[in-house]
Amino acid sequence: MQVLYFAWVRERIGLPREEVQSSAATVMDLVEELRAREPRYAAAFADVKALRVAVDQSLVDFDAPLSGAREVAFFPPMTGG
Amino acid sequence: MQIRVQQESFAFGDEAEAFVARQAGMGAVVTFSGIVRDVAAGLQEMEIEHYPGMTENALSEIASEAQRRWQLGDVLIIHRYGPMRPEEMIMMVATSAPHRKDAFAAADFLMDYLKSRAPFWKKEKTREGTGWVAAREEDEQALERWTSG
Repeated sequence: MQVLYFAWVRERIGLPREEVQSSAATVMDLVEELRAREPRYAAAFADVKALRVAVDQSLVDFDAPLSGAREVAFFPPMTGG
Repeated sequence: MQIRVQQESFAFGDEAEAFVARQAGMGAVVTFSGIVRDVAAGLQEMEIEHYPGMTENALSEIASEAQRRWQLGDVLIIHRYGPMRPEEMIMMVATSAPHRKDAFAAADFLMDYLKSRAPFWKKEKTREGTGWVAAREEDEQALERWTSG
């Protein structure tokens, strides 16, 4: 699946998107896999309460299932308007 | 419904007039515009990042929800991304309705939702440095008045 990062999550991890091979069942499982990769991921995902997540461009909770997901995006709370 | 997500600036007056010209039979048009505001530390530039694709979908969904809740003629949302200077216009919404209360309420609803449910992120560059604008708890709480009751 494609994993996308925006705003300070993108800056902390150091890239805007990447292809990730994962069999994670839920968003939180994917977060755990990413955290275990490298310190920069662990830092970005240290507090998921400070993050929002979208699966296939719809906002979901961190316990949402990932089955069939093509695109998962992590970002801070939005500040539009 | 018209949704535009664009980097280039827009002319508020021209957009508002063109919107009004399309509203045959509507008694009320409400417009709102958001402007880059200077901050205490002296804003040099604001940069808005967004999530192409999801942004347009989220704005369409918010506009559709407004059309379900109120009797509206039309909805226009224009939101910019990229670098902007103080006093530049960031975005605008316009709503039309047979009666003003629906047009006002829908514009208010659109603003509350697009502030914290459309994937935009603001970054401010000031004399003291650069930082992402934190979401405000009161913006999140503002959504509750549309969901309670």
